[in-house]
Amino acid sequence: MTIDLTDTTTAAIHEALTQARRRMGGPASGMVLTLIIVTDEADQYDAVRAASHAGREHPSRILAVITRKPKSDSRLDAEIRVGETGPGETILLRMYGPLGEHADSVVAPLLAPDVPVVTWWPDEAPRSPGSDRLGAVAQRRVTDAAAADAPRDMLLTLAKSYQPGDTDLSWTRSTPWRSLLAATLDQPYPEILSGEVLAEPTNPTADLIAAWLGTRLGIEVRRGESAGPGVTEVSFTTQDGQVTISRPDGRTATLSWPGRPERRVALHRRDTDDLVAEELRRLEPDEVYAETLRALARGSS
Amino acid sequence: MTAEPEGLAPASPGVIAEVDAAAQPRNPLRDPRDRRIPRVAGPCVLVMFGVTGDLARKKLMPAVYDLANRGLLPPGFSFVGFARRDWADEDFAQVTYQAVKEYARTPFRDAVWEQLSEGVRFVSGSFSDDAAFDELAECVHKLDAERGTGGNYAFYLSIPPSQFPTVVQQLKRSGLSDSHGRGWRRVVIEKPFGHDLASARELNATLDGVFPPEAVFRIDHYLGKETVQNILALRFANEMYEPIWNRGYVDHVQITMAEDIGIGGRAGYYDGIGAARDVMQNHLLQLLALTAMEEPVAFDADSLRMEKEKVLSAVRLPADLATGTARGQYAAGWQGGRQVGGFLEEDGIPPDSRTETYAALRLGVDTRRWAGVPFYLRAGKRLPRRMTEIALIFQRAPHLPFSATDTEELGQNALVIRIQPDEGITVRFGSKVPGTAMEVRDVNMDFAYGESFTESSPEAYERLLLDVLIGDPPLFPRQQEVELGWRILDPVEDFWATYSKPEQYPAGSAGPASAEELMAQDGRAWRRL
Repeated sequence: MTIDLTDTTTAAIHEALTQARRRMGGPASGMVLTLIIVTDEADQYDAVRAASHAGREHPSRILAVITRKPKSDSRLDAEIRVGETGPGETILLRMYGPLGEHADSVVAPLLAPDVPVVTWWPDEAPRSPGSDRLGAVAQRRVTDAAAADAPRDMLLTLAKSYQPGDTDLSWTRSTPWRSLLAATLDQPYPEILSGEVLAEPTNPTADLIAAWLGTRLGIEVRRGESAGPGVTEVSFTTQDGQVTISRPDGRTATLSWPGRPERRVALHRRDTDDLVAEELRRLEPDEVYAETLRALARGSS
Repeated sequence: MTAEPEGLAPASPGVIAEVDAAAQPRNPLRDPRDRRIPRVAGPCVLVMFGVTGDLARKKLMPAVYDLANRGLLPPGFSFVGFARRDWADEDFAQVTYQAVKEYARTPFRDAVWEQLSEGVRFVSGSFSDDAAFDELAECVHKLDAERGTGGNYAFYLSIPPSQFPTVVQQLKRSGLSDSHGRGWRRVVIEKPFGHDLASARELNATLDGVFPPEAVFRIDHYLGKETVQNILALRFANEMYEPIWNRGYVDHVQITMAEDIGIGGRAGYYDGIGAARDVMQNHLLQLLALTAMEEPVAFDADSLRMEKEKVLSAVRLPADLATGTARGQYAAGWQGGRQVGGFLEEDGIPPDSRTETYAALRLGVDTRRWAGVPFYLRAGKRLPRRMTEIALIFQRAPHLPFSATDTEELGQNALVIRIQPDEGITVRFGSKVPGTAMEVRDVNMDFAYGESFTESSPEAYERLLLDVLIGDPPLFPRQQEVELGWRILDPVEDFWATYSKPEQYPAGSAGPASAEELMAQDGRAWRRL
């Protein structure tokens, strides 16, 4: 069911939600979290879709904050969707005029009680998510450096303003690579002298993987360039020769190890749904991300 | 700025005993704080016996694919099937492909399948065929060389227990069971673990000579690890339950496993086994142990087992088995809107079978915590609906400051741990009915695992296979627990065999009248199914 409210208030939104729930025959129970998506009209569709997919089996309240026409008079339009994309509730909040500067005053009364809040900027993120008004209400703040014009600079900016609870989707994208790398070193391995990560020049995930390997292994990790897609290769120079994991096609990786048969493993690139789902899984501060960001900033200064 | 010292890293909570942490050098890329990186199995081969069975097709093969799809299997992982079929590797790969397509829970990806299928092999032969096992040995050694599986083999025996001895002996004869210090060997067997104490010991002796106890994974998929951990978390991670979890507050405990189906095509297995041996000895007694045990000193497999064994050894049978137990057989009737036949009319069941399809039992737990609190266990087929739960029924309030009419509809408080379907917890308590009159009635407060987390529970078999491949010690019964279970049940089975005949109950009803009587004589009643 979709309910459109024009020139409305949060009290009226609440009222409409209660009524909608009653009509659908279900009480508001088991809400897992509130997800605030800060976006614009052009990108809201994809972001809301990914978020509803990520929370498909788990009711959450999605608040999409869409800023419109900053020069017009203040006005709040709401589009409430209940029971369409899954068990949760989605509210698109379109804010006109100066109200756009005070989105937090609209969002605060609409947060589901007693559950965590996550704020996600799918596109352009504030330079300091933790001190942003919509970021400050959240336990977890999700940015995406890959969406910025200069991803690496964005990561460095985020490093400067890091606060516990910050995280970035370019870090989330590194998880399958990092878990394969960790699994590779679960076996006894020769001493590693240096490393290299190859990816498209503007790929922030590769920057993070290189920084992570550098700080964990205490070696120098070069960041090389390739044509992509995404990260295409991570290699170590060891005492016994080259240990390489390459993934030229974005789907299957091959592990080569001196003196051993080549081994292949699936390593596919993931959709935004999966990335968001991973972010929503654990809501405590990601200390390893913090260390990696710091290492990246150190390496760049 | 420097990285934080590693000493500050918290131990990984919720992880059941990390294996060989001391034996292996630390992997610098792993960090207990890095919760994103999953545990991934090391290089290995999974050898499966009984690949033509339903279980293999519907559960095991899809689980292997799902693990691969989630990136939890190592590069080079290989999967070998063994059966008496005239198949080539490709035929077996095709069978696996179809099973995966049909039953996998994660979306199908060509790249994942392609990569997985490169490691699929098939060895054809019967279990008594020496040459076939030699071929199997050759096949896995070749995989080590070609795909770098490192001499690590897990054997999954998805076969009837009667064939265990043959297969285990073959593994020994062909040298497959001995790793000679290079790589590991693990063997997985499914319940039933014998049908009484003597046969359980015999089964154990079969395995014991060939595989060390820690390499034997007894799988009880029904009572998944997830469920066990959920119960432990409820009891030991919270403050509000422990103070009332004893004879001071609990009146009695009911543990139920009800199935709506009949025996289906399992006549051959079920006749002579019955409900008590089939599920009570393992599932229900495990649930009893988890409910009644004391807090383990640590959340690892050994401490846990110690507590479970302790409480199982304190379980006492009723003095009079005639009134303290009940059993029945379903008769023809209407179940769930369908007319169904009785147990004695099922294909393959002799018309004079004395096997029970319903069993109920009153047990005591002789500890300070539970003295005088009866534990009622019941399990049955063709009951109104499928449901498994543990219900703690609390005593009535010692004094009610209301008039008797106000609380006429107030029952006993209850805490119900729902195992399936819809895993969760229900709390039942009295609440005032809205209105001007003072009236208190029972209400429910519900919690469902499926609704409260942003991740869904992994499929039991996925978790299980991964635990086996990683070498996580099983939370599931070691031999000692299996034997304790039979020790409890054997006298009941003997009594039944000698003195009683199962009472008929109509399909779709809540069980035989003697089960109701068992409760009624104690002034109690079963919870409605």
